[in-house]
Amino acid sequence: MHRLHVLVAMDSHTIAQGARSVRDTLVKELALAELTDEVKVVETGSLGIYNKGVVLVIFPDNVYYANVTVLDVTEIISEHFKKGRVVDRLIYKQAPADQDIKVDELDPRFGKQQRVVLKNAGVIDPESIEEYIAHDGYEALGKALTEQKPDQVLAIVKDSGIQGRGGAFFPTGVKWGFTAKTQSDVKYIICNADEGEPGTFKDRLILEGDPHAIIEGMALSGYAVGASRGFIYIRGEYKMSIARMQRAIEQAREHGLLGNNIFDSDFDFDIEIREGAGAYVCGEETALIESIEGKRGEPRDKPPFPGVVGLWGKPTVVNNVETLANLPQILLNGAGWYKKLGIPDNPGTKVFTMVGNINNPGLIEVPMGITLREIIYDIGQGIPDGKGFLFAQLGGTTGGILTAKHLDLPLSVSSLREIGAGMGSGALLVVDDSQCVVDMVKNFVEFFNHESCGKCTLCREGTGRLLEILEKLSAGKGSVKDLSLIKELSETMMRGAFCGLGQAAPIPILGCLRYFEQEFIRHAKDKVCRAGVCHLETAAEIKAA
Amino acid sequence: MKNLADLRKIKEKAKMEMASREKNVKYRVVVAMGTCGIAAGARNVMSALVDEIGTRSLKNTVITQTGCLGYCDQEPLVQVFEQGRPCITYGKVTPEVARKIVADHIVGNKVLSDYVFKQN
Ligand SMILES: Cc1cc2nc3c(=O)[nH]c(=O)nc-3n(C[C@H](O)[C@H](O)[C@H](O)COP(=O)(O)O)c2cc1C
Repeated sequence: MHRLHVLVAMDSHTIAQGARSVRDTLVKELALAELTDEVKVVETGSLGIYNKGVVLVIFPDNVYYANVTVLDVTEIISEHFKKGRVVDRLIYKQAPADQDIKVDELDPRFGKQQRVVLKNAGVIDPESIEEYIAHDGYEALGKALTEQKPDQVLAIVKDSGIQGRGGAFFPTGVKWGFTAKTQSDVKYIICNADEGEPGTFKDRLILEGDPHAIIEGMALSGYAVGASRGFIYIRGEYKMSIARMQRAIEQAREHGLLGNNIFDSDFDFDIEIREGAGAYVCGEETALIESIEGKRGEPRDKPPFPGVVGLWGKPTVVNNVETLANLPQILLNGAGWYKKLGIPDNPGTKVFTMVGNINNPGLIEVPMGITLREIIYDIGQGIPDGKGFLFAQLGGTTGGILTAKHLDLPLSVSSLREIGAGMGSGALLVVDDSQCVVDMVKNFVEFFNHESCGKCTLCREGTGRLLEILEKLSAGKGSVKDLSLIKELSETMMRGAFCGLGQAAPIPILGCLRYFEQEFIRHAKDKVCRAGVCHLETAAEIKAA
Repeated sequence: MKNLADLRKIKEKAKMEMASREKNVKYRVVVAMGTCGIAAGARNVMSALVDEIGTRSLKNTVITQTGCLGYCDQEPLVQVFEQGRPCITYGKVTPEVARKIVADHIVGNKVLSDYVFKQN
């Protein structure tokens, strides 16, 4: 029994800001102060707070300290832990005005957020299976294996209406149905943790914050479709995700939650990790499967879909990390509970990483149907330095463009489709009016050009030609004719590219062109960059040279 | 682990250890740990409370500390806050009395009137 729990958020972001040395110092100093029996230091996953350095949460006092360094540790121990005096200068202050805020407002479960997938992130120690179990972990799996038939589990998932969080929002229950139906001696479950979308790091923080939820979700999926082996495909750079996942797998095996005859049933299931080498296209499910098989990561023809012919030719379910992390909650609370979250067409919540020109960037989870205004101005606390909102890009680099007129649009798959955008995988990039649209688009295209695997001509050549045109425009050497060329190339790629990469790459390009055509024209015709970002060679400059 | 009962055993134990992170607890035991309190022996009182509550696996109780309450001559002071009840402040608490507070007040629901210093 410890009277005080100190939670140190230890994810890849906070570690970069010194969380590990703060934690180590805490442990050392607590031992010197002979408080080890009274004060417990708990490593936890992301609290969703980004620009505040190392953050500590003290329970039961409910105090949040921010920007903590190793030099503050002795003061926290001697003042707060020994004497109960809160160290005021370290109290978390919220942007923009650095005002004091009530502790409860800091709790991510407060306000417009709704935490289902992230319910344990920043709350439990991800390296402790006991803490996961304390928060109802493995209860859903236990119930399923001892009280439900596989088709009952499948029926609940179908009925919940959950759609894949990897970006395409395909109904998970329907996908599982194909695999369940297909007769085969061997079937596989793959967790897609490749997360290659720039600006997206939600899967990483789920992996780091609540690894057991993914194991439980995969096991549930395996039981429902009749698979007994699972693979987690994690990009190799995600060192911490890999380490935490590996540890969680070992703990689950030790407790008999992976392996043979789980919960004394005749269900066997085990999981292995496969590391990706960080190619964007390997997030595409068939390229991912090729990569696990040890081949070059290039997409396959579809159909047949992986659900029927997948890994080593066997029926394979491929689901995103966030999708899988939802499953224990759905099985535990029922399809009806899940359907009440979000909106009828898209039940549930969505996890986003909010980045760019925003006061409070971070990891958020919101119900579907929320508006952009609520996300940017309530949760994100608006745009810094008094600048204006230019646009937001939802869903990563292939995400659609939303402008000021879309701020009050309830976000759903269909409402976004109508404006040529999509929910995507979970990145929200906020761009203020000091940025140049042409320059931004050039950046997007540089990424696609780099990541195109080269298998199909349209994507390989299309991204290259688009980049040339954009470079010309931003150097002041373009013409108005280039605009229609961009449009034509983009539309051709959308229709003809082999996989989702080439098909989706034009989405942000066309979006920017639609809403900010004037800016492109000014670059092309007047050789003027409104934001002063592009270096345009003006006629005067050329003369002077 | 063979069945749900095994799982729940682990769950109960882990929940106990995590109780101080709970927001809705019934009892909040506060030890005054100003210089005066510490000089009068509040640290030993705190240790006794932690030990007693831990041994008894009381999930509904958290222990915190506070500074000087302004009654230095009555230290060590221990306050027991119970949801919906007036706060009881015990004075001149020794480690033995601290253990009795847990046994009688929190478990037995009976205030130790001999040691009550203040009630509000
Ligand atoms: C170029 C490309 C990259 C992709 N990258 C990812 C990724 O990093 N993570 C992911 O879960 N899905 C990614 N997908 C989608 C997957 O192909 C697949 O639809 C998804 O993993 C299915 O899981 P879900 O149904 O749970 O969403 C990508 C698709 C394409 C075309």
